[in-house]
Order: sequence, then C-alpha cells, then structure tokens
Amino acid sequence: MLNGSPLNWVLWVIAVWIGIGFLGIVALRRFGVVAKVFFPLGGVVGVALAWASARALTSGTAETATLPIGLPQLQFHLRLDQLSSFFLLILGIASVGISLFSAGYFRNGAGTAPGLLCMEFHFFLASMALVLIADDAYAFMVAWESMALSSYFLVTANHKMPKIRAAGFLYLLIAHVGAIAVLLSFGILQANTGDYTFANMRLQQISPFWASVAFLLALFGFGAKAGILPLHVWLPEAHPAAPSPVSALMSGVMIKMAIYGLLRVCFDLLHIQIWWWGVLLLALGLGTALFGVIFAAVQTDMKRLLAYSSIENVGLLFAAMGLALLFRSYGMNTLAALALTACLYHVGAHAFFKSLLFLTTGSVLHATGERNLGKLGGLIRFMPWVAWLALIGVLASSGLPPFSGFVSEWLLLQSFLFTPGLPQSFLNMLIPVAAASIALIAALAGYAMVKFFGVVFLGQPREDKLSQAHDAGFLEKIGMLWLALSCLVLGLAPNFVLHFIDPVTQTLVGKGLAHSGSANGWWLLTPTSLERASYSPVYFLVGVVITCALIFTVVRIFYHGRMRRSVPWSGGHTWQNARMQDTAEGYGQPIRQIFESFFDMERHLPKPEESEPEYKVVVTDKFWKGIYLPIARATEFVSAQVGRLQQGRISIYLLYSFLTLLITLLLVPGVSR
Amino acid sequence: MSQLLSQVFATLSALLLAPLLLGWVDQSRAWLANRSGPGILQPYRTLHKLFNKESVMADTASPLFRFVPYLIFGCMLLASAIIPTLSTDLPLARAADAIALVGLFALARVFLALAAMDIGTAFGTLGARREMLIGFLAEPALLTVLFSSSLIANSTALKTIVNKVSQNEFTIYPSLVFAAMAFVLVFLAENARVPVDNPATHLELTMIHEALILEYSGRHLALLEWAAALKLFAYSTIGIALFLPWGITGGMDPQRVILALVFLILKLALLGVILALVETLSAKLRIFRVPEFLATAFLLGVIGMLTHILLGS
Repeated sequence: MLNGSPLNWVLWVIAVWIGIGFLGIVALRRFGVVAKVFFPLGGVVGVALAWASARALTSGTAETATLPIGLPQLQFHLRLDQLSSFFLLILGIASVGISLFSAGYFRNGAGTAPGLLCMEFHFFLASMALVLIADDAYAFMVAWESMALSSYFLVTANHKMPKIRAAGFLYLLIAHVGAIAVLLSFGILQANTGDYTFANMRLQQISPFWASVAFLLALFGFGAKAGILPLHVWLPEAHPAAPSPVSALMSGVMIKMAIYGLLRVCFDLLHIQIWWWGVLLLALGLGTALFGVIFAAVQTDMKRLLAYSSIENVGLLFAAMGLALLFRSYGMNTLAALALTACLYHVGAHAFFKSLLFLTTGSVLHATGERNLGKLGGLIRFMPWVAWLALIGVLASSGLPPFSGFVSEWLLLQSFLFTPGLPQSFLNMLIPVAAASIALIAALAGYAMVKFFGVVFLGQPREDKLSQAHDAGFLEKIGMLWLALSCLVLGLAPNFVLHFIDPVTQTLVGKGLAHSGSANGWWLLTPTSLERASYSPVYFLVGVVITCALIFTVVRIFYHGRMRRSVPWSGGHTWQNARMQDTAEGYGQPIRQIFESFFDMERHLPKPEESEPEYKVVVTDKFWKGIYLPIARATEFVSAQVGRLQQGRISIYLLYSFLTLLITLLLVPGVSR
Repeated sequence: MSQLLSQVFATLSALLLAPLLLGWVDQSRAWLANRSGPGILQPYRTLHKLFNKESVMADTASPLFRFVPYLIFGCMLLASAIIPTLSTDLPLARAADAIALVGLFALARVFLALAAMDIGTAFGTLGARREMLIGFLAEPALLTVLFSSSLIANSTALKTIVNKVSQNEFTIYPSLVFAAMAFVLVFLAENARVPVDNPATHLELTMIHEALILEYSGRHLALLEWAAALKLFAYSTIGIALFLPWGITGGMDPQRVILALVFLILKLALLGVILALVETLSAKLRIFRVPEFLATAFLLGVIGMLTHILLGS
C-alpha cells in the first residue's frame, strides 16, 4: 500500500483519522490523553494530507482506485484529480490549525465525553476527505451522510440545552432534504444505465432538459449545505450552538464541500452548460451575499454575526461560479478560468479567515463566558494574542489589501469588467449591475467586520468581569497562528497560490492563469496583461511599512517623541463610563434604517416618563415567516389528517387489511377475469 | 533610475502640494464669506505647531491607537504615489490598479474607525459608526465611477485609462458625464466636506471626521491632518486623471514634467475654487439624508456604466 502515490497517502490519512476516532472511544473519559495526544496527532496528519494533495495537484494526473467496501457488486470507487486535490489541500491546511486549537480548547465535562467528541471530530474530518475522493454516487452519498451525521453530533455536543438540540435538529433536517436532492440529481445523471460511477456519468449525453433538472436538483442539494437563500436558516442557528472549533470546521471547510459538489456536477459530470444556469447562480449568489452581509451587520451575537458573514461569502462563491458557468456556456474559456480562479481563491481565503475568526470567538467565549456583543469590549488589553490574530482575520474578511479576501474580490471584479460582449445584450447589461453590487457587498462586509472587531476587542470593557479575561493557551495560539499565516500567504503571494489553482482550471475549462498571472514577476499579479490590470500586495506592504518607518524616524529627528498619558476627553463631564460607548445595536442602527425592508423588526422604545426605561429591538429573518412556518404548518396539517387513519382499534386495522387485499386482487389482471 | 526619480518627484510634490491645496480651499472659502482668511500657507503652520507639541494619549489607548496615524499617513502617501499626477510612467503605479486604490482608501478608513473605537468614548464610537456608514455607501459609488472609465479604456490600470482618454483629441464620452457627476458627490462625502460633513465644526451632533480624530493630539494629529490633506489631494488627482487628463505626460522628460506640474497646479487651483464655491453655496445635510445623497452617486455611477454598454462608447 505504501508505494507513495498521493491517493494512497490520502487514504492513509483517512485511515489514521478514523483510527484516532476509535481510540477516542477507548479513552472515553481520559481527558488528558485525548487533548494532549489525539487532537495534536490529528493535526499532524493534516499536514500529511496537505502535502500529499499539493503533490497530486502539481503532478497533473488523476489517480483512481477501488476499495472493496460495501456490497459485493458495489465497491467504493475513488479518484484523486485536480479538483479534489485542491479542496483536500484546503481541508488539510485548515484541519491542522483547527485540530491544534481543539487540543487546547475542549474542556472536560462539556456535555459530551471527550473521547466521544474526539471520535466525532475525526470522523467528520475523515468523511470530508472521503467526499472529496469519492468517484461514484454510492461512496459519495455514504461520505456525505457521515459528514452530516458526525457534524450533527458535534453541533449538539452540549446537548443538555434544549436550544442547542433544536438548532441541531434544524441542521439535520435541512441537511437531509438537501441530501435527497443530491441523490436524485445523481439518479438523473446516470441516465438509466444503472451504473452510478462518476466515470459513467461523464460519458452520458443527456438531453438539455434533463441536464437542467439535474443541475437544479444539485443546486438545491448542495445549496442547502452551503447555506444559499432561502436554505440558509440553519447556519445562524447551528454555528452559535456548536463549539467554536466545530463552527470553524463547518463554516470554513464543510460548506466548501457543497461548493466542491456543485463544481463537480456542473463542470465535470455534466457534458453541457447552459447559459441560464450561470445567470441563476449569479442572481442567487448576489442575493444571498447581500442578504447575509446586511444581517451580519445587525447581529448582536458574535457567532451569529460570523455565521451570517459565511452566508455572504457563500453567496460570493456562487456568484463567481455562476459567472464562470456563464462564460463557459458561451465557450469563453479564458474568462471562465478567471472567474473560476476567483471562486477557488475565495474558497481558500474564506476557509482560513473564517476558521480563524471562529477560533478567536472560541477563545473569547472561554475567557469571558460571553457571546453577546453588548457585554464584551476592550479585550485587546487582556487578550492581545487573540485580538491581533483576530485583526488579521477581520482585515482579510473585509476584503482589504494586502490581505487574502481582497485578492479574490479583485479577481472577481476583474472577471466582471473584462466581459468583451456576451452574445446576449441583456446579459451585458446585467454584468455592470452585478459588479456594482459586489462592490456594495464588499464595502458592507467591512462595516460588519469593523463592528465585530471594534465591539469585541476595542473600547472599554462593558462588564467588570472582562478585566479578568486571560489570553488563549499555547496550543490554541499555535492553531490560530497557523491559520493567520495561511491567510497572510494567500494575501501576499497570489502568484504562488495560482500555481495550485491553475491545474484545477486547466482540467475544468482548459485554461489557467498561472502563466499570465506571474508573467511580470512573482510579486506582480496580472491576470491578463500588464496594460489591463495589475496588483502587487508585496509592493503595498513594503510601501506602507517603509513610509511608516520613515515618517516615524523623520518625526523623531526633526521634532521629538514626547508623550503623556491622560484621561480621555469626555465632553466636559466627569463621569464618562463604558456604557456610553456604542452598543452592537447602536452600531447596526444605520443598516436597520437604510435596509429596513429586509428585516422583520420588533422594536420597543422607552417613553420619557418610564422610570426604568428599556430599549429593545429584535430583528428576525423574513424567510421564517414567509417560507418555513407555512411549510411547518402544512406538514403538521397533513400529518394530522394522516393521523385520522390511526383509530387505535384492532377492528379498524383489520378493515384496512381487508380493503388493501381487495384492491390488490382487483388490480391484478389474472384474478379479475 | 530616471523612473525612480520620476516617482520620487511625483511623491514629494504630492506631499508638499497637499497642504497647499487645503490652504487654498480654506482661503477661497474665507474670501467667498467676505473674510480675509489665514493665508494659503496656514496648513503648514498648523502642521509645524502640532509636530512641536507633546502628544497626549488617553489612558485606555492600546498600541493600535498609536500605530494608526503612521499607517494612515503611509496609505495616503502610497495612494498619492500611485495616481498619475505628472507622468504616467510611475514604477509604483503597477502595484495597484483602480480597484486596489479604492481598497487602499478602505484600509485607511477601517483603521481610522478602529482607532476611534479603541478609546471607548461616546464621541469616538459615534464617529466610527458614521464614518463607516459613509464609507460603505461611498466606496461602491467610487468603484462604479472607476468602472465606467475602465470600460472605456478596457483596463483598470490608471495609466492605461489616462493614456486612452488623453490621447484622443477631445471626445465627450456620455458615460463619463454621469461618472463625473457621481464622482463629485463621492468626492464631497469622502473628504468630509459640506454638505456631508463640515471640516470646521466641533459640534457633536454634526461632526464625523473630527469625532474620529478627537482623541489625537501632537504629532499623531499632525500626521492625521496631513493624511487628510493628502486624501483630498489624491481624490482631486483621481478626478483630474479620469476626467481632465490633458497635460499629464507619458514619459519623464524633465521639461514636460515641469509643464505637467504647472498644468496640475492650475487644475488644482480651479478645483479648489469650485470646491469652496460648492461648500459656500450648500447647507449641511442631516446625517440621515446622507445615504440618499450617496445612493444618488451610486445610481449615477451605475447609469454611467449602463450608458457605456448601451451606446458602446
């Protein structure tokens, strides 16, 4: 087995993860062993996965294998190609940071036994890796469902709280509705041949109608996992409920599995691409992104804020994918490659910065016991490590140069602007509007992130107990540092990253950016040509750092460096306190006012004569009332009607049996004669 | 080597001209209000005074707060160095196209807002919230303006845009008319001018930019003031590069660069007068009207892009 081929390495990694999971059962209550040995070991294995998949990406060939698992005639077909390798690389790198953080994070007695958590966590990782290398619908669905189940148990780790159980149930429900759609989509793709391998699906030439049905089913199924509108409702419930490393893994990595699935179906398994698929994805993506970022800006719970921000990022990913699909359907492969590169770049960027941000919320939660933004503040003084690392994630997430989020956003805007006339004129009109809304979404993301960082880490502590907050432990710091470094690499060395994305776009659309991207030197990113556009994060960083250093020195040479500490200016009053700062609600107020029609808002304003004035504003999602509650009511109604059949008397049931028999006999042609 | 020289010359002239532009605007405003005014050199005197003063730092300030003025100054200087003011042949200009330039401004804004929230006073957070509000409305509007131009030049590199627009004799691009209107609105909002903000006010109900930098003093304040002047300069030169690029030279022939400098100073003087006139003639908007103001800019920018695609020019 150990002949060193990347696929073997990946299989070994999966085996080790599963093995660690079973060892967790053995050491069910031995917290020390689980935390100090198993989780770091899982992290080290992640390095091996990243290394193997990076090798597979650059080697340029696809590898296949079959595993004799399952039914006699039904084996696991596995395949490691460029698309899988890229996502495995992301999974590997992210899992290292998150596993190391988890080693320091999980505490004894948090609902689920540590050994059990260890098992669920590593099964989750293994099933995600298996999803990526599955090459038939059977293996894919087995891995997909194990992923959903293991993450469900992780979300409900603290299952003693009813609220967490409810959130877990919602997640499981939507995950399964989605899984049915995915399965049906595979059913159409195999085109009645009865052969569910992906290799067979690639060969089928199904009609445009059925291809569209398969696409729509895949969009629904994978969209449910990714959190696309209107299937996004589980994200803001499940993420706050889950322990932070789990949120990091789910938001950073698991929702990328949905992106992978959709890319696999659209660009690999389906032999045609139709233009309106792209338009649909683009519109859905932009709507989701705008919705997500607006809701993120008004949240008062830090993990909910990040969950909505994930919805926004998923929207951007879908928009980029839609654009790639649109170009591909018209045979504009260079542009398709550009849009697809933007999509894949953002997959990496979001995986790392969102994992990092969720991990920092975990540290804050441990140090303070608070998730509510209204009770935090000033933590940069007590938890400098966490705060500065969070700042990197925040800047990357806001799409600011020279950080990672900006590169993907820049590439995406470039692909919007480089449309040399699509064949349909109304599509040409659509593109600028889409580009403008991307700009709006990016700017709003900055607003939401400033709120997140400013309210949690800056200002004065809003509660007294916050001054006792302690910084993160050693392993937690290492885990976050790893992710922060990954963010920085993605931000500063885009051409290096393009070498890993290039093979993927080469296989999917036949074009890549690696050559033209670094044609003018490794430090300068030029997607098409120098005259059209160029961006160099290294110049940015060096320019700003040199100016800062220079001006610092010059001021000290020509003037002085004297400084005095004093109390801040309080407008002439003497009793300024922490409660006078903007609250999270206050910070969201302009958004609530400008985008009022997006929200269902319940507001209670205090009257002047009230002795104990209370200000309350509750913002809820319109989709609950509009879609989910009607569906829930309809389901209840139908089941109540069906319930009437159950009378509980044996004679009635005998009657049913008799009637069934009678009808069956009538229907069988031989008897009725 | 001569490229480097051209870059250094452009950057230094930006650094020195920026306070002068601010002084000129203030002087023009004073004249329009029938006052004699402090003279156009006043910003230099203010900067000199502030650099000499001791810096008073709030007890609660974190390292972030101390580091931000340098960073913002660096960002604004880099922005001015990237924009083609005298010659399009700038080595640094490759580092950023129009989109990255907007990103650079956004970076500075985010840090300024974070620094204002760092102290934890009511003024700071209020300023931060308002600044970010204006920011998230103005940033996409500015991008749509730049998109309109880049659709014409088929490039987002400022150098190519300037070359494309200035090489033609004199063509009126209908899309640029809309873009220019949008740009004026964004320009006023981003530089904290009337009708969005008033640079001369310290009234808590109305101030935005002043609330952000309220806790800064001494050299830190000087750097921020200078950075604000640089931002005004950078925005003016973006406007010039997009809409009035005639006179910006392609090479680095010293004579032509000097000529370009004269052109630039003339254009800036004209812009300064127009800005002062606008500020004198308009009243400050209520903060809640600002979103409408900037949404207008955004829509004008989008209309500009659509016009380009409809008319093909």
